[in-house]
Amino acid sequence: MAKKHAEGYLSARESRRIARENRRITDRLEQQRKRKNVPETEYLTQMHDPANAVEFDNLHTCFFTDAGVVRSVDGISFEVPIGKTVGVVGESGCGKSVTSLSLMQLLQRPQGQIVEGEIRLNLGDKAYDVAKVPAEKMQALRGNYISMIFQEPMTALNPVFRIGDQLNEVLELHNEEGRSEAEIKARTIELLGMVGIANAEGVYAMYPHELSGGMRQRVMIAMALACSPRIIIADEPTTALDVTIQAQILDLLRQLKDRINSSILFITHDLGVIAEMADYVVVMYAGRIVEKGTVQEIFANPAHPYTIGLMASKPVVGKKVEKLYSIPGKVPNPINMPHYCYFRDRCEMQCPGCEGDYPGEVSLSATHKVSCYRYAQNNQKGGEG
Amino acid sequence: MRNYIIKRVVISVFILFFVTLVIYGLVRAMPTSYVESMAIKLSQAPGSKPYDEWLAQLNAAYGLDQPFLVGWFTWVKEFCTGNFGDSWRFTMPVAQKFKEVIGVSFVMAAISMFFELIIAIPLGIVAATKQYSKADYTISATALIGLSLPTFFFASLLKLAFAVKLGWFDTHGLVGRNFAQLSASGQFWDMAHHLVLPIITLVIIQVGSLMRYTRTNMLEVLNADYIRTARAKGLSEGRVVYHHAFRNTLIPLVTIIGGSLPGLFSGALITETLFSIPGIGYTSYQAMVGGDIPFTMFYLTFIAILTLAGNLISDILYAVVDPRVRLS
Repeated sequence: MAKKHAEGYLSARESRRIARENRRITDRLEQQRKRKNVPETEYLTQMHDPANAVEFDNLHTCFFTDAGVVRSVDGISFEVPIGKTVGVVGESGCGKSVTSLSLMQLLQRPQGQIVEGEIRLNLGDKAYDVAKVPAEKMQALRGNYISMIFQEPMTALNPVFRIGDQLNEVLELHNEEGRSEAEIKARTIELLGMVGIANAEGVYAMYPHELSGGMRQRVMIAMALACSPRIIIADEPTTALDVTIQAQILDLLRQLKDRINSSILFITHDLGVIAEMADYVVVMYAGRIVEKGTVQEIFANPAHPYTIGLMASKPVVGKKVEKLYSIPGKVPNPINMPHYCYFRDRCEMQCPGCEGDYPGEVSLSATHKVSCYRYAQNNQKGGEG
Repeated sequence: MRNYIIKRVVISVFILFFVTLVIYGLVRAMPTSYVESMAIKLSQAPGSKPYDEWLAQLNAAYGLDQPFLVGWFTWVKEFCTGNFGDSWRFTMPVAQKFKEVIGVSFVMAAISMFFELIIAIPLGIVAATKQYSKADYTISATALIGLSLPTFFFASLLKLAFAVKLGWFDTHGLVGRNFAQLSASGQFWDMAHHLVLPIITLVIIQVGSLMRYTRTNMLEVLNADYIRTARAKGLSEGRVVYHHAFRNTLIPLVTIIGGSLPGLFSGALITETLFSIPGIGYTSYQAMVGGDIPFTMFYLTFIAILTLAGNLISDILYAVVDPRVRLS
């Protein structure tokens, strides 16, 4: 009798074979990325709409693990318009953070790689395809055109350097205006004041451990805003903070965004925060976008069963329930994704069409798109416009 | 800070007091006895007293007829007044013998520590930044080999290869046969030449652990969130690794290196003995084998003081390099 193995079991030989195969692919990609003096034409591109700050186009980001290839982001496309906030929601492991790290080129290399698709970044007079920008050039973009606020303010600041030095560093690095040392210091203190730190001069000389979590997140925000970037990625910036501080931080982000007219890519799993912050919402599930639209559309009229489930599983003020709703089942194994709709096995609204391949995108309005067979049928019946 | 240091020094003296009690007990219980072997020798001389009489006489002369605790108190009292006694084995004051032999041990330890640092830290960083690469595997495997080789075995291998087969170096000793005839600079080079193999042994044996320590710490730091923040700022990889990460890796490194500074004076017992280098390690070994209680006591107490000082130094350095640590 053959030995029975649990699902996901890999023999050592198989794992070695996968590792070898992965090594081959990642080595090739790494080599391509590490080339020196890449001509600009190779990554120069054209924005589809000049009013967008960033356009994700069919982005595929994979992690080549020893257990197999994980398609963390599997063909997502959405835009971040200039001056707007786009919220990306979804549960843990759905690819929200990987999307943002792809934009920063901060994926855990060599395992994590962008294998397909474009990320077009609008630099004003030209546009770059971030997926192809070589490492050297990327350093000039990071912190300057794209910056990031991380989830965990307690550990995101280097414990052995003073706050002022850490902020100065960004300004010195992207010092296009040729500021002197004293001007940089003045700007740092101004930034600290701008993010609502009362004792800016004092904090300038402090170490991170002398500040509270909320203060550190303010410092992180100051750091992200230092060079007035075109796009700020906020990766769950309030998750680690308590509720009152959360509200303050969100307020602050909104104000500052308008002041320097940049866009925010706001990543969270908190629908309440999204409703408050975002202009557009992208709902992700298992590495794909299941629904996107304006914040009104998504909240007033959620279309995808997953979005509906998410809405149903949050508490509502003034309504008493014994137990909050939770979506049944679990996310499919990321290494072995089904060929049909990823949500089908958990879906309570299945229809006959659901047996087919992964559903394509269906437009419910100019901005509201959903990937679900229920609407594909409606559309066909009604005829599209 | 000052109060902390004073407190620690007071505690250390207290600990030292009891450490000497333990080592005095051990030294008294040593299976070799200087007095007995001397009594045998003397009783064998023609027309001499019998062994038992000699033994009783010598025991009384060397203070070994006293009970152990009394002997210990006497020793402590003498030690505190700065009288370290006379070495039985070397028949000269302990302090004088110590002065004679400490120099070469210190030079050996200092040189090998210098090489250790300049080899281990850069290699550890390279291995960590290129984790799982060929360079990493090579460095780690070599470090592990060095780490696993016993000193006596590796030293014997070196001697076999470079002294016996190739004949480049002498197998043992600090000076050559014609040392006395050499000029001053010739004497210096002769000694340097004799120290090559012992220092290589020390470096290879000790470099592995420091290198692995650097690698582990660097890896841990490189996975930290603030390193991602540093990259997100747009800093170059070099600055991320050698400024942001290295400064954090330095915290544990400085403390262990600082803590090992007193060890520069403790001598390398095995290596010195194998190469017959007349350093403090070799001398103390001879003293112990010969049952020389005053010298052994002095050496072991000296080691205890160095260990306590090393701990104190590493604690103080912790506060110096890590702003989060405040001593109170």
